[in-house]
Amino acid sequence: MAHAAAVQEDVMLPPPSRAPGAGVYSEKLGMWIFLGSEVMFFTALIGTYVILRFAHPDAWAGHPKPHTPLNIPVTAVNTFLLICSSVTMVKAFAAAQDGIQRQLRLWLLATVLIGATFVGVQVYEYTHLIEHGFVPSQGLFGSTFYTMTGFHGFHVTMGVLCMIYVTMKAFRGKYTQADHRGVEVIGLYWHFVDLVWIILFTIVYLI
Amino acid sequence: MSHPEAAPGRPSHAHPNYILIWVFLAVLTGLELTVAFLPWPKTVIVFILIGMAFWKAALVGLYYMHLRFEPNRLRILAIAPLPLFAVLVCAVITEFIW
Repeated sequence: MAHAAAVQEDVMLPPPSRAPGAGVYSEKLGMWIFLGSEVMFFTALIGTYVILRFAHPDAWAGHPKPHTPLNIPVTAVNTFLLICSSVTMVKAFAAAQDGIQRQLRLWLLATVLIGATFVGVQVYEYTHLIEHGFVPSQGLFGSTFYTMTGFHGFHVTMGVLCMIYVTMKAFRGKYTQADHRGVEVIGLYWHFVDLVWIILFTIVYLI
Repeated sequence: MSHPEAAPGRPSHAHPNYILIWVFLAVLTGLELTVAFLPWPKTVIVFILIGMAFWKAALVGLYYMHLRFEPNRLRILAIAPLPLFAVLVCAVITEFIW
């Protein structure tokens, strides 16, 4: 009877588990999978841009020039800001790993401020461009420019909002040296947004 | 059997020199701005700029996103979309080369 019960119990047990994921915790794995889908999204945008630019070189005649129509020096400063926000983000993560709460909060706050400044400069850039007649309906250059930079700006804005949430949690002491998943996961997203901008800045503004 | 990390704790490696990486990124951005307006053939400039952009992207991925220190399985997951990216861009470019 006892033997039968043991056999029954074995049948009911789930199969032995394999090592799940890719050797990392679920939230991080989920973020990496999401970032993989984001790579394909931006690939589609960049691919479309490449084919349109090769097919209609006249639409980009005279580009790039430092100040017409895009203000490359201002955008270069904005690019530098985003790079700075990446280093503040990674310093926040390092502080979380080391369990230094004060540094964690300060670096996160710096990241939020710099990220918000990036969005502000992009809004200024758009306003300036629209005032000078460079609008999305102007032609292929305008439509592709606003589509690519607009989607990126949307990603940065979402990143800033998520970062504000994470920073508030950090100020409430929710992240410890033993568990700071939120900081690492939002950090991955933030660095990805920086990485995409590095490519977009080159392709859209400099080439 | 190796188990996944339950949550991030103390790093298994020393922190990379994040500030040095930042300096590299800033210098490369400055170089990009210089190269973009040099009176060189357009094709040469494009190749140099794309090379520098990917160099910067690799620095961010390897050191800021810590891919250099992650398990191989995660690295594969991270770089898996890149060949598809290359195929797509090359495929659409061929339309205008041949």
